[in-house]
Amino acid sequence: MPTILTPPGIRKPRRPGAPDHIGEGDHGSGRRPPTDKRTGGNGDGDNWSDRPPGRRGPRERLSRARIGLFFALGGDLMFFVALVSVFFVAKTSGHFDAYSRYINDWLPTSIPTILWLNTAVLLVSSVAAENARRSMFREQDLMDEWIGLGRPISRRAAVWLASTLALGGLFLAGQWIAWDQLSAQHVFFNSNASSHFFYLITIAHAIHLFLGIGALVAALIILARSRQLASRQVFVDATVWYWHAMGLLWIFLFVLLEFCQ
Amino acid sequence: MTAPSQNLGAPSSRGLIALRWVRIGKIARAIFSTHHRNIGFGYLLVSTIAVILGTLLSWLMRVHLSWPAWQLPLHGPILPEDYLALVTMHGTLMLFFVLTVAPQAGFGNLILPAQIGARRVAFPRMNALGLWITAAGLAVLLAAFFVPGGSPITGWTAYPPLSASALAGPGEGLGQDLWLASIALFCIGGTISAVNMLTTIVKLRCEGMTWQRLPLTIWGWFTAALLGVMAFSVLLAAILLLFCDRHLGSSFFIPRGDFINSTLLPHRGSGSPLLWLHLFWFFGHPEVYIAILPGMGLTSMVIGNFAHRRVFAYRLMIATTLLIGLLGLLVWGHHMFVAGLNPFAGTAFAAASMAIAIPATAKVLSWLATVWRSRPSLTTPMLFALGFVSLFVAGGLTGPILAQPILDEYLHNTFFVVGHFHLIMAMAGIFGVYCATYYWFPLLAGGRMLSERLGKWHFWLTFVLAYTTFLPMYFSGLAGEPRHYAQLTGLTAPAQALLGATIAIQYHITAGAILLGATQLLFFANLILTLRSPRRAEPNLWRATTMEWAPHIFDQPPTQSAGLTTQETNDLPLPATFRGPCHYSEDGASFLPQWEPPPPSPASQPE
Amino acid sequence: MPSTQAIPAALHGVPGEHSLLAGVGLRFWHLPVDAALHGHALDAQLLLNLWIALALFALLNLLLFGALAFKRRVHRPIHQLTLEYLPLAAFTALFIFLSVRAHTLWAAQRYTGAAPDALQVEVTGMQFAWYFRYPGADETFGRVRNTLVSPAEGNPVGIDPADPNGKDDIVRGQLVLPAGREVDLALRAVDVIHGFAIPEMRLKQNAVPGQTQHIHFTPQTPGDYAILCTQVCGLGHYRMQALLHVLPAAQFDAWLRKQESQVQR
Ligand code: HEA
Ligand code: HEA
Ligand code: CUA
Ligand SMILES: [Cu+2]
Repeated sequence: MPTILTPPGIRKPRRPGAPDHIGEGDHGSGRRPPTDKRTGGNGDGDNWSDRPPGRRGPRERLSRARIGLFFALGGDLMFFVALVSVFFVAKTSGHFDAYSRYINDWLPTSIPTILWLNTAVLLVSSVAAENARRSMFREQDLMDEWIGLGRPISRRAAVWLASTLALGGLFLAGQWIAWDQLSAQHVFFNSNASSHFFYLITIAHAIHLFLGIGALVAALIILARSRQLASRQVFVDATVWYWHAMGLLWIFLFVLLEFCQ
Repeated sequence: MTAPSQNLGAPSSRGLIALRWVRIGKIARAIFSTHHRNIGFGYLLVSTIAVILGTLLSWLMRVHLSWPAWQLPLHGPILPEDYLALVTMHGTLMLFFVLTVAPQAGFGNLILPAQIGARRVAFPRMNALGLWITAAGLAVLLAAFFVPGGSPITGWTAYPPLSASALAGPGEGLGQDLWLASIALFCIGGTISAVNMLTTIVKLRCEGMTWQRLPLTIWGWFTAALLGVMAFSVLLAAILLLFCDRHLGSSFFIPRGDFINSTLLPHRGSGSPLLWLHLFWFFGHPEVYIAILPGMGLTSMVIGNFAHRRVFAYRLMIATTLLIGLLGLLVWGHHMFVAGLNPFAGTAFAAASMAIAIPATAKVLSWLATVWRSRPSLTTPMLFALGFVSLFVAGGLTGPILAQPILDEYLHNTFFVVGHFHLIMAMAGIFGVYCATYYWFPLLAGGRMLSERLGKWHFWLTFVLAYTTFLPMYFSGLAGEPRHYAQLTGLTAPAQALLGATIAIQYHITAGAILLGATQLLFFANLILTLRSPRRAEPNLWRATTMEWAPHIFDQPPTQSAGLTTQETNDLPLPATFRGPCHYSEDGASFLPQWEPPPPSPASQPE
Repeated sequence: MPSTQAIPAALHGVPGEHSLLAGVGLRFWHLPVDAALHGHALDAQLLLNLWIALALFALLNLLLFGALAFKRRVHRPIHQLTLEYLPLAAFTALFIFLSVRAHTLWAAQRYTGAAPDALQVEVTGMQFAWYFRYPGADETFGRVRNTLVSPAEGNPVGIDPADPNGKDDIVRGQLVLPAGREVDLALRAVDVIHGFAIPEMRLKQNAVPGQTQHIHFTPQTPGDYAILCTQVCGLGHYRMQALLHVLPAAQFDAWLRKQESQVQR
């Protein structure tokens, strides 16, 4: 029985005077959630906001996951900021040779054109992911599932997620080809300063994508297994946001590698 | 991703519960539980191991500095490289695995949820993961003792090229790699637990726990966690780059044609060691504030508690906490005044460092104004809080001195700096940890209470000995004694005359250090005795006002485990907050805790 | 203010108590003699800071623990202004005042390079020794190459024999300087970061491999002073020292001429 539309224990008697004495409009964490058709409250007389925080249903778990992801990505961003700042330092720094002439031996790495293709693939994959995320909250399907007409949500979302997965794999394959092409031109990690960064940045990003792929697979499994619609929604939602973030990050890094060398 | 909301971290590894010899089962459950309280104890255990090792190492350092000829049993004479390895491991253990772990992750997990009226943390499993990664980090670090070449000799700041090539000295091979790996793990674990903590604070505050009503402890943890998320990942990136330099032939930090140990390094690029300094200190300075901010928050609340007053200028305290966090990100250059930084940049960083002294001073003033003539009850936690203030100032006052480039030119890398950070970080930080331990012990140990008499002895001895040990470092530093000197004897003539002059101080410091460390046995004795005794203290014995003391918040109400259905567990009343912390009547006789529903007459409501 | 002189040997001996004695003694802060032109100003600033810090430290502990003596609890006047903001303003002013003073000294020493007629000396740090190179008669340093560095073969700083400028360069294991003349030190490091420090000259600057750091100062009182390494650089860090030998100008010129006549390469 999906807990999503008919949450347990609708409107329990409140402790005397609990909410009324709380001024300052801010109800702790549980800021009044937008009465949200997706997570309960649709017309069945249940208003989530009447419940104490921690009891306000799946919406809370959703925003908790999003906030957590937000902070984690913030940290991750700092990681790449550090790499990129080192990139610019290295690019502008040189040394004095034996004849005390200043040498800047930065020779840009020619970026394999396939990266353009990869970027496009990654963008498309993000679109697919977004569709998956949206379809997790499609009211029509929620209703159907609630009434017990199978699990249309999982079905619909699974398709999109699978395609995201495929496209993500394609992207990684593309990256692999790019590294291949470079090594064919004898551009390796320690060929020169700029190649360090090309490999560092692309590999670091690839590792992040691998994590994303893992999350996608997990999401698919959960879609198939989990009976709690809420956890399915939360997990897919978080995964997709992570995927978007990585796509955005890649565009930034790609522009950096392509144009800023 | 998260455990179902009411599952209070049932053991995540069913496998181990299977072996049901009661004790082992219990222990295993405790160890593998994802409950934030067990995680917190786990962190405390890690930091206790680290602090004991770190203390023993510091004894070896001190004894060697005073009697270089002394031979360590089973080891023989302490060679210069051994001394540097001792310093490095001591600093790493103490700073990373004690003062970043115990106050932030340890007590953060134990107390923070209860203090915001939450029964759980945002991501229990991630939280557990953080603990395990951190513990792994400690294990990897300690492994460095036993590898050929021994542990690294670069100091905790690991400046390249010394840290970038195995040629540079013993311990720079596998030992340095292990050090890097350990700190990398530490960064990952720290980030994970920081993310969990931030989300918990933002999302899990109970009803009525508005931002303005958060205790200052929470603000301390919050700011420290923010700094952690930002700083750790930068250090992680730096470590990655250094690792590439060491093993993949890149040269981010290694200059062209570096010639170590009469061997030309193969690196072809033209890197700069200063780049590492920038990255490291961008992490390093926030790191030291991560170490102290929780202590500041706790001190504020404890002082308010026992002075029976609202913390003076409460709003300002919140503001200064955040301000210190913000400025902490902008002052890293004050570690590099004479390290090759452009002198104009030096001036800018000096200004920022001086600016950060202002919020710190504001805090000191608030603490003073809060205790001033309040006839506080001088319990052990209160004493440790006052000790924190005293030591913080003793170390902090030299901060602005070091922040003046022209003076740092004389004081940089002398024992003056060592004195500075041992007073403000080591000792103030440890006092914060002790304050927390004595204050929250009744909660942590099921109503048992550490003996006040032993506690007071422990405090006064530690307090006096802390000064005996670390104040003289200022003098030996002013006399010119540099850091990382394996010995002060057998040097060339003028240097010997200069540094030999400090030998008397050396004996003094060493004596103090040994007594100081030994005094800590009082605490552990107290701990063991108390845990033996069944004596139960009454609930909220400190007459505290913050949520963690409310009934049934720290020790949760029965759950599924006690045969309640999920339904019933869900229906258990949740905590709510009705006012900010520290509401005491003017004479301090009566108080109004945060969880107390307001009395009928609306008149009796300050705020 | 106490005179800033080295602690006499009389202060050594019995552990513990003596360091306390020294603590309360006249030479309270244990500063060594200062023999550089800028040393006096620096010391003045340093001592001013130290005394202020000491006073504040004493005052704070007095207020903090002394206040416990009061047996009566006062209803605290909630004058945030007087108790918090006014003192804070005062402290801010104090910090600004100290910063400005310190800045003027810093700017005077670091913002501008050495005077053109300053004595040029190059300092090279390596594990674990300092070497000092004088440009010789032609007043230009010869080219150096790290790969040529080899103290054993009498070429500790790696002077390139192919460069004529290097022929007359003088390389010594101790730094000899004239009193009263500005010196422009060019700091180099061959292997790892080293810290070039002369406590009695109130001077410190790291020598970073791959770059050249310039620092200039004027030694004043002739005598022998210790040159230390203050940046951990390996197992020999503690014994990486050299001697600074400050001579009266006339004697220095004689010494330099002698060295120039000696160089043969
Ligand atoms: C938290 C930080 C911390 C702490 C507590 C200490 C504690 C001590 N330190 Fe350390 N030290 C550092 C951080 C710390 N240090 C750092 C970062 C460096 C620089 C390293 C480098 O340069 O690379 C350093 C360097 C350093 C040096 C300089 C070496 C050199 O450069 O030549 C010396 C020399 O005397 C020294 C001595 C001591 C001594 C005698 C103690 C004694 O006080 C030890 C006595 C111990 C205690 C009083 C703590 C007891 C506390 C508990 C038992 C807590 C119980 C736990 C719970 C309740 C959970 N330390
Ligand atoms: C908890 C850790 C901690 C804290 C809080 C601080 C606080 C400060 N630190 Fe410190 N510092 C370290 C840990 C810490 N430091 C460590 C570990 C190192 C060495 C790293 C290494 O090289 O290994 C270091 C080194 C260090 C240096 C580099 C020294 C050198 O290597 O040459 C500098 C330079 O500016 C500096 C400055 C400051 C300043 C300005 C503050 C300020 O935040 C201080 C603010 C506090 C005050 C200003 C006191 C306020 C009180 C009063 C004003 C008294 C009021 C009195 C009455 C009301 C009566 N610190
Ligand atoms: Cu050279 Cu230390
Ligand atoms: Cu700092």
